[in-house]
Amino acid sequence: MKILVMVKRVTDPNVIIRVNAENTSVDLNNVKMAINPFCEIAMEEAVRLKEAGIATEIIAMSIGPAQAQDQLRTALAMGADRGLLVESEESLEPLTVAKLTAKVVEEEQIGLVLLGKQSIDTDNSQTGQMLSAILGWSQGTFASKVDIVDNTLNLTREVDSGLQSLTLTLPSVVTCDLRLNEPRFASLPNIMKAKRKPLVIKPAADYGVDLTSKIKTLKVESPNTRQSGEIVGSVAALLDKLKTEKGVI
Amino acid sequence: MSILVLAEHDNTGLKEATLTTITAASQIGGDIDVLIAGDQCAGAAEAAAKISGVSRVRVADNACYKGLLAENTAALVVSLSSEYSHIMAPATTNGKNILPRVAASLDVSAFSDIIGVVSADTFKRTIYAGNAIATVQSEDTIKVITVRGTAFSLAEQNGSASIGAVTEAHDLGLSTFAGESVAKSDRVELTSAGIVISGGRGMQNSENFSMLEKVASKLGAAVGASRAAVDAGFVPNDMQVGQTGKIVAPDLYIAVGISGAIQHLAGMKDSKVIVAINKDPDAPIFQVADYGLVDDLFDAVPQLEQAL
Amino acid sequence: MRESMEFDVVIVGAGPAGLSMACRLMQQAQQAEREVTICVVEKGSEVGAHIFSGAVFEPRALEELFPNWKERGAPLNTPVVRDDIYLFQDANKAKKIPNSLVPQTMHNEGNYIISLGNMCRWLAEQAEALGVEIFPGFAAAEILFNEDGSVKGIATGDMGVGADGQQKGGYMEGMELHAKYTVFSEGCRGHLGKQLMEKFDLNKDADVQHYGIGIKELWTIDPAKHQPGLVVHGAGWPLDKDTNGGSFLYHGENNQVVVGLVVDLSYSNPYLGPFDEFQRMKHHPVFKETLEGGTRISYGARAITKGGFNSLPKMYFPGGLLIGCDAGTLNFAKIKGSHTAMKSGMLAAESVFAALVEDDQGGKELTSYTEALKNSWVYDELHRTRNFGPAMHKFGTFWGGAFNYLDQNWFKGKLPFTLRDNTPDHAQLKEASKCQPISYPKADGKISFDKLSSVFLSSTNHEEDQPCHLTLKDAAVPVEKNWRLFNGPEARFCPAGVYEYIDDTRDADEKRLQINAQNCLHCKTCDIKDPSQNITWVVPEGTGGPNYPNM
Repeated sequence: MKILVMVKRVTDPNVIIRVNAENTSVDLNNVKMAINPFCEIAMEEAVRLKEAGIATEIIAMSIGPAQAQDQLRTALAMGADRGLLVESEESLEPLTVAKLTAKVVEEEQIGLVLLGKQSIDTDNSQTGQMLSAILGWSQGTFASKVDIVDNTLNLTREVDSGLQSLTLTLPSVVTCDLRLNEPRFASLPNIMKAKRKPLVIKPAADYGVDLTSKIKTLKVESPNTRQSGEIVGSVAALLDKLKTEKGVI
Repeated sequence: MSILVLAEHDNTGLKEATLTTITAASQIGGDIDVLIAGDQCAGAAEAAAKISGVSRVRVADNACYKGLLAENTAALVVSLSSEYSHIMAPATTNGKNILPRVAASLDVSAFSDIIGVVSADTFKRTIYAGNAIATVQSEDTIKVITVRGTAFSLAEQNGSASIGAVTEAHDLGLSTFAGESVAKSDRVELTSAGIVISGGRGMQNSENFSMLEKVASKLGAAVGASRAAVDAGFVPNDMQVGQTGKIVAPDLYIAVGISGAIQHLAGMKDSKVIVAINKDPDAPIFQVADYGLVDDLFDAVPQLEQAL
Repeated sequence: MRESMEFDVVIVGAGPAGLSMACRLMQQAQQAEREVTICVVEKGSEVGAHIFSGAVFEPRALEELFPNWKERGAPLNTPVVRDDIYLFQDANKAKKIPNSLVPQTMHNEGNYIISLGNMCRWLAEQAEALGVEIFPGFAAAEILFNEDGSVKGIATGDMGVGADGQQKGGYMEGMELHAKYTVFSEGCRGHLGKQLMEKFDLNKDADVQHYGIGIKELWTIDPAKHQPGLVVHGAGWPLDKDTNGGSFLYHGENNQVVVGLVVDLSYSNPYLGPFDEFQRMKHHPVFKETLEGGTRISYGARAITKGGFNSLPKMYFPGGLLIGCDAGTLNFAKIKGSHTAMKSGMLAAESVFAALVEDDQGGKELTSYTEALKNSWVYDELHRTRNFGPAMHKFGTFWGGAFNYLDQNWFKGKLPFTLRDNTPDHAQLKEASKCQPISYPKADGKISFDKLSSVFLSSTNHEEDQPCHLTLKDAAVPVEKNWRLFNGPEARFCPAGVYEYIDDTRDADEKRLQINAQNCLHCKTCDIKDPSQNITWVVPEGTGGPNYPNM
């Protein structure tokens, strides 16, 4: 089975995010970028499936700017066999990303797509679900356990109330949650080898998908900073406020 | 305009998230229909009929909707979609699982986790983990939206909507529900707790955290800690709230003996109500607290426990 | 057995020295059509993440390395258009010093205001395009030696080791990188450089090294107040007459300014806090007028070597070289080290390349490097300014400054004598009982800020569950000596709030030292200034540390 792993270039989770002066976006000027942490988990899962003899080949794919090659190289160092960058300088919305990916899935005869459950920049959590819909495949989101036996996928999902178990038909689209695994560090020799693994770059426009965005971002603002409230004189006064004014206890 | 809200429920009753989503829907305006999909979910349908502002409750009661499987439920929603300008759901794991699938099936974009309604086609949502708020506008004919529960108030429940059945079952056979285990632990989970009480360096040692445990058990709260308390070895790291720990946004956050370093604030500033108990009146935590109590925690916390 | 890889050259640290060396070496190799393998390891999460400098940049070395740097898009975007120098008399008053009285070394015509971090990002691109392998996120943790005692290479640190020293899930053993020549360019007070100096007694003929701590913030200011290319330097207040140092404010691009303070680590009062001095400094009208209404974007700190010529150690040893500020090539009279660091790297490249061409199998002492350095402008520059620092130490800011004016402007640094200063900075600290406590004003949250909200802006981060990288030789010393005699100076000189003396819960009258290693900015000040020399800074797990953008 061929596995496709989607890898997104996002701001490093450790950097401080600031809205730009024009209020059009966040300021990404020389900000450290990294592979989306949930995509890293998806990548790790793919490698484990290959190590278990279930996957035959892992293709890491990114849709983004030329610099996203860095993140694909990281994926290759973690164990992907080859990389594909669908290049687009413009940030594309999830529906477009899903459509482009569906084209690749068909081209490459993919049996399982692994993605992160969301990217930590736009926080949409849509691409996997949309891709699954377009392909007409089964869908396993927020996975915390992936188990493939005899062409069925036993999946455990993290849901609000706890854990949900599903049996999915293959092919399938799975989005990965935090507790699925702990991604490995890419070793130095593997990083070096990754530089020599095949990485194909194709313009997004070549796939025959309408790339125009249906969603317009009108404004990006900083969240309101909290204002300080009042100092209360006693525990009794505090409880009274919490009960009567706020109704939180 | 007419709006379909996919409800979050447990078959017998509604989850609060449904009520907040109805509030968001009423801010958009137009008729609001509620869809109850599930297996043996008549109770939830009756509860939905009581929500003020709802015109119609549509019930799809079929075994194939057990566990709200994304494939089947999305197909159901899609089959009803032609009547609506907006399709909404709470941004729960169900809503987030199902609605993007609905959107792609309709070839429209989706809005995740909105925190504000500007107009019928324009919404506010957070990006970058809440570090920025984007105002976004849709050109699509059908708007597909999930709603953040904490950002809207609960809808009233003194309505009487009609209830009608949707009989056609959409069993796609792509997935099967195989079971559910409800998270059970003695301790309330930090990230999902409605109330969190956290201790900082001011707790002085790990034994003193038992004072917080007592308050927590009375309130049904989770116990957290600041990084300073973790670094000082009072409590394990999985209790840490903050930039490098867990991000929480409960209805009530009580910070005890926490100075309020910005790293800690980054992890709890989205709490609805923040209470700070600290003997240092200059502690930065008071700058973000709704209510501050300048007092020795070793007096105040036992008093609090007794008063509850 | 750890895995190993072989290279011609391994370079430790992707700063201006290391990257310039890598570029120069590859340029020569390409010219000679010879294959040379170079590996650069960098502990930061990316190139530039740990780079911290003013910076007013003198392009001399860059011109030599890439004469077409402009076409290549080097980020030198803001030429210096004016130098203002102030002598700060107190919290409100300042005198602007007439240009004619300023030491020649402080004039900046032809220089650029840059972000050295961005400069290094650019240099890394050039290096990679030339075929250099750069590995950010890998910390050189250990020096490896051949049987004959020469340097064999380095080992990267293990990843995935818990605070208890046990292997965690995802454990990855460090790796040995062997080279014919291993070049250390860790910057000021490199932790491997320090070991090499001891092992090979490299300081034998040098004066004691001296240091300063530089603290800096990046601000976005009101465009109406922004004057791109304006360089402001100051001396005097808030530092007292016994404490050397200087303040700076540079107007860069995009309505941004950097504001900072360098405090000489030879200060004697243990109550002094460089961070607090810097915070109150910004309230001086000269700074406040510019900053008011602006937003602070980033914060950081780094120690700098300032001993200059007199303190330069032997820079070669069997199998390797020290370059840049790992040796101490900064020109303190100019408060610039990037150009000299780059040049030292380029000269090192030439020496190493000459050896490789001769089929040298490595492990030798490349004396040609020091020869080349002696014949270069680096040496000339450093020699002329050799008295600058010692004069300040000996005569104080005012008379030292006067001496430096005469020395640099009238005699061009050619006075036939050398001032020396052989007391190490850590030994300058006086006991607390003999000093006045300093009461610093409270931060206002607009111009001045507390330490933790500052550290937050450095985006520093360390995996929590790992061994503490701030090691103590003797765990009893902090309380027994540093607290009792010096009132816990590490809590003040650390600009990141790493060290805290807190009440010992077992004994209310006692203190204990709390080390918040996660806050560390990798500035190395603790390693330098600890009066007991009990703290040893070692590298944490790779990628740990600050994530400076545009610094």
